[in-house]
Amino acid sequence: MADLDPEIAKTQEDRKKMEAALTSLNFDRDLYGDNDRDSYLTSIAPNDEEDPNLDTTGSLVAHRLASYTAPKSILNDVARAHSEEDDGGFKPRQTIAEREGDYRNRRLNRVLSPDRVDAFAMGDKTPDPSVRTYNDAMRETALQREREETMRLIAKKKKEEEEASKGKKDSAALPPASSKRRNRWDLSEEDGGGAAAAKKAKAATSDWDLPDAAPGIGRWDATPGRVSDATPSVGRRNRWDETPTPGRVTDSDATPGGGVTPGATPSGVSWDATPKGLATPTPKRQRSRWDETPATMGSATPMAGMTPGIAYTPGVTPVGGIDMATPTPGQLNLRGVMTPEQYNMQRWERDIEERNRPLSDEELDAMFPQEGYKVLEPPATYVPIRTPARKATATPTPMATPGYVIPEENRGQQYDVPPEVPGGLPFMKPEDYQYFGALLNEENEEELSPDEQKERKIMKLLLKVKNGTPAQRKTALRQLTDKARELGAGPLFNKILPLLMQPTLEDQERHLLVKVIDRILYKLDELVRPFVHKILVVIEPLLIDEDYYARVEGREIISNLSKAAGLATMIAAMRPDIDNIDEYVRNTTARAFSVVASALGIPALLPFLKAVCQSKKSWQARHTGIKIVQQIAILIGCAVLPHLKSLVEIIQHGLSDENQKVRTITALSLAALAEAAAPYGIESFDSVLKPLWKGIRSHRGKVLAAFLKAIGFIIPLMDSIYASYYTKEVMVILIREFQSPDEEMKKIVLKVVKQCVCTEGVEAEYIRSDILPEFFKRFWDRRMALERRNYKQLVETTVEIANKVGVADIVGRVVEDLKDESEQYRRMVMETIDKVVTNLGASDIEPRLEELLIDGILYAFQEQTSDDANVMLNGFGAVVNALGQRVKPYLPQICGTIKWRLNNKSAKVRQQAADLISRIAVVMKQCGEEQLMGHLGVVLYEYLGEEYPEVLGSILGALKAIVNVIGMTKMTPPIKDLLPRLTPILKNRHEKVQENCIDLVGRIADRGAEFVPAREWMRICFELLEMLKAHKKGIRRATVNTFGYIAKAIGPQDVLATLLNNLKVQERQNRVCTTVAIAIVAETCSPFTVLPALMNEYRVPELNVQNGVLKSLSFLFEYIGEMGKDYIYAVTPLLEDALMDRDLVHRQTAASAVKHMALGVAGLGCEDALVHLLNYIWPNIFETSPHVINAVMEAIEGMRVALGAAVILNYCLQGLFHPARKVREVYWKIYNSLYIGAQDTLVAAYPVLEDEQNNVYSRPELTMFV
Amino acid sequence: MQASDRFNINSQLEHLQAKYVGTGHADLSRFEWAVNIQRDSYASYIGHYPMLAYFAIAENESIGRERYNFMQKMLLPCGLPPEREDD
Repeated sequence: MADLDPEIAKTQEDRKKMEAALTSLNFDRDLYGDNDRDSYLTSIAPNDEEDPNLDTTGSLVAHRLASYTAPKSILNDVARAHSEEDDGGFKPRQTIAEREGDYRNRRLNRVLSPDRVDAFAMGDKTPDPSVRTYNDAMRETALQREREETMRLIAKKKKEEEEASKGKKDSAALPPASSKRRNRWDLSEEDGGGAAAAKKAKAATSDWDLPDAAPGIGRWDATPGRVSDATPSVGRRNRWDETPTPGRVTDSDATPGGGVTPGATPSGVSWDATPKGLATPTPKRQRSRWDETPATMGSATPMAGMTPGIAYTPGVTPVGGIDMATPTPGQLNLRGVMTPEQYNMQRWERDIEERNRPLSDEELDAMFPQEGYKVLEPPATYVPIRTPARKATATPTPMATPGYVIPEENRGQQYDVPPEVPGGLPFMKPEDYQYFGALLNEENEEELSPDEQKERKIMKLLLKVKNGTPAQRKTALRQLTDKARELGAGPLFNKILPLLMQPTLEDQERHLLVKVIDRILYKLDELVRPFVHKILVVIEPLLIDEDYYARVEGREIISNLSKAAGLATMIAAMRPDIDNIDEYVRNTTARAFSVVASALGIPALLPFLKAVCQSKKSWQARHTGIKIVQQIAILIGCAVLPHLKSLVEIIQHGLSDENQKVRTITALSLAALAEAAAPYGIESFDSVLKPLWKGIRSHRGKVLAAFLKAIGFIIPLMDSIYASYYTKEVMVILIREFQSPDEEMKKIVLKVVKQCVCTEGVEAEYIRSDILPEFFKRFWDRRMALERRNYKQLVETTVEIANKVGVADIVGRVVEDLKDESEQYRRMVMETIDKVVTNLGASDIEPRLEELLIDGILYAFQEQTSDDANVMLNGFGAVVNALGQRVKPYLPQICGTIKWRLNNKSAKVRQQAADLISRIAVVMKQCGEEQLMGHLGVVLYEYLGEEYPEVLGSILGALKAIVNVIGMTKMTPPIKDLLPRLTPILKNRHEKVQENCIDLVGRIADRGAEFVPAREWMRICFELLEMLKAHKKGIRRATVNTFGYIAKAIGPQDVLATLLNNLKVQERQNRVCTTVAIAIVAETCSPFTVLPALMNEYRVPELNVQNGVLKSLSFLFEYIGEMGKDYIYAVTPLLEDALMDRDLVHRQTAASAVKHMALGVAGLGCEDALVHLLNYIWPNIFETSPHVINAVMEAIEGMRVALGAAVILNYCLQGLFHPARKVREVYWKIYNSLYIGAQDTLVAAYPVLEDEQNNVYSRPELTMFV
Repeated sequence: MQASDRFNINSQLEHLQAKYVGTGHADLSRFEWAVNIQRDSYASYIGHYPMLAYFAIAENESIGRERYNFMQKMLLPCGLPPEREDD
């Protein structure tokens, strides 16, 4: 053997060399030359220059964050996203399951229960034992609950025993981690995180891997959360959490029974069906399951192992994995059945692991000759891979030991290539195959049974709805709706509902499928009854979706469902879920019930609710019942008022319930009811006042928080005397709870303080002496500023207090904190001061405080690094404006700061400085600091070269503010210097720049046009034409107005020439704006200066120009109104011509010009011209183009106003009974609008109708004469 | 109606108009129109007090009586409707 060693060493050496050669570059030298490829760039930076401030993680160093652009890291992100996957700029599709948290994804754990029998359809017959009835469902829930109870007792006992034994020993174990308790509070905000945290606390004490622990204490706990979050405090780390692999579910494969029931619809909970599978926990559990050999496993659960038949036959006897074998910790993750994907994935994994498992010594011995080989020691650094998840699947299990299984052959199916989708069906995604795979089998349709054909049809239609083009989708949806009854409720729902449970479903797909359900619900009506529960299982999760529209959609479906199925069926379907052991199920059921209540009316549901809330059987039922009331209040708001008394009565006993959770939810429900009823309905709460007030003295923790919340909402309903009394009562407790470390408690306390303080009866003095000191001591600290919700709540509450006690008290207390070192905290202080001062003014602030305030604000303003919400800016502006003239002494200092900051490197800082000028300009004027303003004007003027558009916009805004305040004559720099500098800026395409610039230019043109030579104004006119293209309406409007001002300043001729030329451009928006501008010029400079040139322009034989002229006339007459009477005869020939033109648009525009003209001159004696024009308008009444006919009808309406209804009626009469229906239709339309416009006037003008034999049509009264 | 103007504002306008009593349509008969005219007339007489006073003087009736009469006449202002000739 010794001679082998050098040989081995040599071989190893060789291999090392070869590896080195392979990893270094030794190929393609002909391509790359001899230089090392290391000199090539391995990646190309998305932005050209390297950013020196970019650290390794790509985040920018803090001081550059204040830059005006998006952070570079984001830009980089964008660039990378594009290089990685070419998704055409859209965000990659994300499934709903990926988006949602664990709590919401628990919907996937639910199973579609089998159809239930429709009690109404059966009449008096006894239900067939094979079908599922309400009884079965109830029994199952009861059993489940009982089981949970037992499990908990066992767990408790074990734990007690263990603790007893532990207590004897030295307490060497680590103390349990005191993870903070954070609970869900059952608030309306769905917050999966809270539940998880609560769970964490629980799980911390539940000891999974302690030898004797009964499994699943966490799992069966009253408020189950995410087991996966468990972080055991015990020294040993839980192996389950080491590598959370995507195949978490695969952890459970130790008992594959649960996994091998694909596609069936077993109720995962029907363990009563196979009682033999229900083995009690065996005492052999000391050994970790990792060490368990298959044999042990098998013997531990012999029944399960020996009846694989059950497991492999889907659907016959539904078997839940949990229930057939000893529950192992891993299994606890698995609830009910696995989906087929999971099963498949697991099988592949197992198969591959089996093939790739390390060769054993025996196998190696068999493969290699005995001589010439030596077993080497593994190197010291070698660590075998130990990924629990992989190991778990590697353990061969009795039932599914992998080996080659001859797959069932189906020659119709092709595996490698995605099969061609037959005839006109849309593309199928891989995950769709399991649902729609049957469509790919090339079977002859005729050979199928009618049922199968129907099923195929449904599948085809659904696939089209799900994946098809909009057109396909539309027709498929219509077909599904029309044929719903023909296809049958059963087949339809059996296809649709599993699709909705698909874990890879996306939002759009879900929306479409839900829409399908909505449509067929209408059609199926009472036929849906057996499927109500199934539908609810699928739809209820929508009620807690984060997307608002999904929630609305869910509500609509459930509401329709309850209308279709009726109250009795709904109650029967949902009653078993009310005391389901899973909190998720109860939560969604409560929400669904509230929707039912709003759909069918609260009175219908009251008796049921009453019964549920008083349920003796389980606290869960009471809890859910009371929660339903809460959800009803949240959902329907003030509509609870008529039923408020009965709702309160139903839940009031819950305040003294033995279960803490029930007490909590009762208080929360009362809070919701009071909130919904505000400001009415205090008398309904009379009966709960006493228990509530007693409760706040006896309770602690989150029950107390809930009680306080209820009180907080009830107090504002009271009369002021009572409110003040009760506030004082509750305030003691509140002040005590000020120091609670609990975040949720803090929020509630803040809210209640706010509600108490704003009620009428509470006096300022009381607040000042009793609340304020403690309030500021406990709440105004830096930590509160860190969390967004706390921050907001604290600011709101403080502002509310300030409304009572006045500015000085509050500002005096916080003003020092403006110099705090935490920026977030300073911002909170600033926001509070801003709101308080805006509400109440600054007259209460005495000189000393004023000094402190200005000082603090200046400090805070200068020290800010990032201020996206402009809190500092707004605060500064608010305070300065509130102080008014008192700010004068500080102005030099403020201006110094501004000037300094205008010169800052960061664009954001410069922008803020400029913005600040525009906010305080008015105050500066009040203080008589015109010289200072002039100085600032010059400074700003110098910064007009600014390159960042946002900043430039702000600088222009600041200049505008100064010009507005000090006027054109006193402005420095003088207008004649300023304006030429603005002309090039008008070219800037940035919206903010454009808007501010045009405002400034317009202002100058309006007030100080004489300071600028006419040539400059003409130049500006040309620039302004470009501005008419702007997207923002405000800019276009300002531009058009500016034309008017300029024309007024330099006379209309030149401006008009420019504008008329602009009518020739192609772009419509531009032309439209030009016509408006012409009209405005005409209005400002009197029409007679414009009309000749304008009418002359009509002779240009070009459609656009002529239409532009007509449109200008239309706007012109609209603007000048009565003045039009002087010009009507002048333009009549032109309009005559236009109304006779072949071009539709001519006639349309001329008609609208006539309308405005007629409306303007009504009653001014221009009837002759108008009748003349009406004669040209009238033949156009038969036009069909919508715009034209609209314009013509409006012109006729205008004529009605100007000429009187009688004239138009006379035009009408000729056609009302015309033999041609088309003619009659048009005439009656005109008659109708005439009638609606001037019914009374027509009485005098109706024609005289001849009497007929039986009928008298004459109106003799009109012939009476005295 | 053409497909194109099924959705435009004009069709809505017609729909709106059709909601008012007293508006007409292409199939309105002479009798129906006349009934509308008569009722509108009486409503107008009653609504304008000077008109009512004028009629009262002319007919030598009290104003109240006159108003009552007009209202009664609004019931079947033109007598019973004629037999429909077709359909």
